Amino acid sequence: MSNGSEGNFVTTDGRNIGGVMMEMKNITLRFGGVVALENISFNILEGEVRAIIGPNGAGKSSMLNVISGFYIPQEGEVIFQGSPRPSLKPFEVAHQGIARTFQNIALFEGMSVLDNVMTGRLTKMKTGIFSQMIWAGKAEREEIENREAVEKIIDFLEIQAIRKTPVSRLPYGLKKRVELARALAAEPNLLLLDEPMAGMNVEEKQDMSRFILDVNSEFGTTIALIEHDMGVVMDLSDRVVVMDYGRKIGDGTPDEVRNNQEVIDAYLGVSHD
Amino acid sequence: MLYREAGDYSTSYPEDSQTFPIKFDRYRYYVILAVAFLVIPFFINDYWANAVLVPFLIYSIAAIGLNILTGYCGQVSLGTGGFMAVGAYACYKLMTSFPEISIMIHILLAGGVTAAVVTLFGLPSLRIKGFYLAVSTLAAQFFLVWMFNKVPWFYNYSMTGMIGSPERTVLGIVVTGPATDAWAKYMICLIFVTLCAVLARNMTRGSVGRKWMAIRDMDIAAEIIGVNPLMAKLSAFAVSGFFIGIAGALFFSVYLGAIEVTEAFGIEKSFLVLFMVIIGGLGSIFGSFAGAAFMVLLPVLLKNLLVGGLDWPTDLAQHLYFIIAGGLIIIFLILEPHGLAQLWRVAKEKLRLWPFPH
Repeated sequence: MSNGSEGNFVTTDGRNIGGVMMEMKNITLRFGGVVALENISFNILEGEVRAIIGPNGAGKSSMLNVISGFYIPQEGEVIFQGSPRPSLKPFEVAHQGIARTFQNIALFEGMSVLDNVMTGRLTKMKTGIFSQMIWAGKAEREEIENREAVEKIIDFLEIQAIRKTPVSRLPYGLKKRVELARALAAEPNLLLLDEPMAGMNVEEKQDMSRFILDVNSEFGTTIALIEHDMGVVMDLSDRVVVMDYGRKIGDGTPDEVRNNQEVIDAYLGVSHD
Repeated sequence: MLYREAGDYSTSYPEDSQTFPIKFDRYRYYVILAVAFLVIPFFINDYWANAVLVPFLIYSIAAIGLNILTGYCGQVSLGTGGFMAVGAYACYKLMTSFPEISIMIHILLAGGVTAAVVTLFGLPSLRIKGFYLAVSTLAAQFFLVWMFNKVPWFYNYSMTGMIGSPERTVLGIVVTGPATDAWAKYMICLIFVTLCAVLARNMTRGSVGRKWMAIRDMDIAAEIIGVNPLMAKLSAFAVSGFFIGIAGALFFSVYLGAIEVTEAFGIEKSFLVLFMVIIGGLGSIFGSFAGAAFMVLLPVLLKNLLVGGLDWPTDLAQHLYFIIAGGLIIIFLILEPHGLAQLWRVAKEKLRLWPFPH
């Protein structure tokens, strides 16, 4: 694989990586005196799996929160699909086709799995409150259409058996999968995964990795993910951004990043003599 | 063997997502509707209507309204009494200003007026949550009651400060005023209850309901998946206000006939409806009915038992009622914090397997 910072390259497994989907330009984010992100620039290409890694407190989650519109950076620009993105509210970002999962599972505990996944379709459901009161007709038709789309996702992630189970009764690994289902139900152009494999055992990690790769190749979804398991990151991702103390210290294919001296220093520490 | 589910399976999404997916439940629901509409009106007398059925039906509407706000959308409200008063006074002003228009339309319009007022008082919910929001709705409760006492326009400058509902008819049948028959009172309330319950169920099973529940369970995640918190919260306040307004209008015009606002819609009413929702089950339409039935039937039952059955003095029975009711509420909340609706759900799961639970 070539180093495709300009886009349009073919990966080793034959997928076409297209043009630039999202470009972060000189992003700086401060909380009072703390600089969480300092002058960070990188891009996400259409159809790739992009990983953001770094030691604890490096600013990875802050970066993801900037992309999903949860934090507004003080300086810099987010260019999404060719045009600069104005500062939007998080729910408006969702309508642009960006979906995400959370580091600590953020499912709706009082609802069933099916209802949780259906909430992922809310951006697609437009019937007004008055048609909903009547139900028969428009509202029911829309519900059924979206239910069909959701059932495909449920099949895809193999969670048919727990469809009607309340989410609060599920074990951790399945909750993570349901959260992925909810994000996928929105049919996002860009899917952000914040530590999708945190706290999982090896088999669960394998399952999750398989689902992430399948999503990328079958739906063509662009994926940006944060992960701490280096084995997983190096196997899954096409390109990796490495961060440390709010700065970008490396960017490139997994092999390039692995051999980058600054990255090695950040992870293993440097001797100060 | 109450439930025979063999051969009862859904083959399409509409079938799977209907209100009563189990055939037995569906039939029981039709039977209850049939009894309520076709049997009870012929046997009802004044005692049953005024002491049990009419208050039960009206409180059910109020409980559905509060349940949408608190149970489905997670916004605690202590202003229900004040909001019911808005419905009552809106209905009174409409009845006296436009006597030629049908009372049914007045009651619906009173719901609309209340929806607008409640939405206004819901605006702080965009900034504050939980207990703090509860306190701000408490302010609404006291402000509204004070306003209906202080501004004479609301009670048409009457000397007593009370409002009384004039006689109105629907299809030639008297439904308000002192000459109303028990069955007519019952029927008009039943029609509105059925309407409200169906509307509430339809909203809560679709995308609007999911938006509300998403806000309730985790507002940050709800926003990330594309729910506009402003619209979701305010729509919950509006819908809740609509139902509570209808309940207030019926309470005044059909049930009591004449009211004094502090007495009829004081803070106790807010707490009473809140207890109904908590005991019945937050986030459940059935729970609203169960809670209303519990809180309306309990005093009647205890009074009949203690005064009628055991011949105790009325004041002693009254005090005992407070002790027993309070105790029961505490016991219920400790044993089943999710209310009667959850008890029913658990019982149903057991019954579906009975008598072969393994």
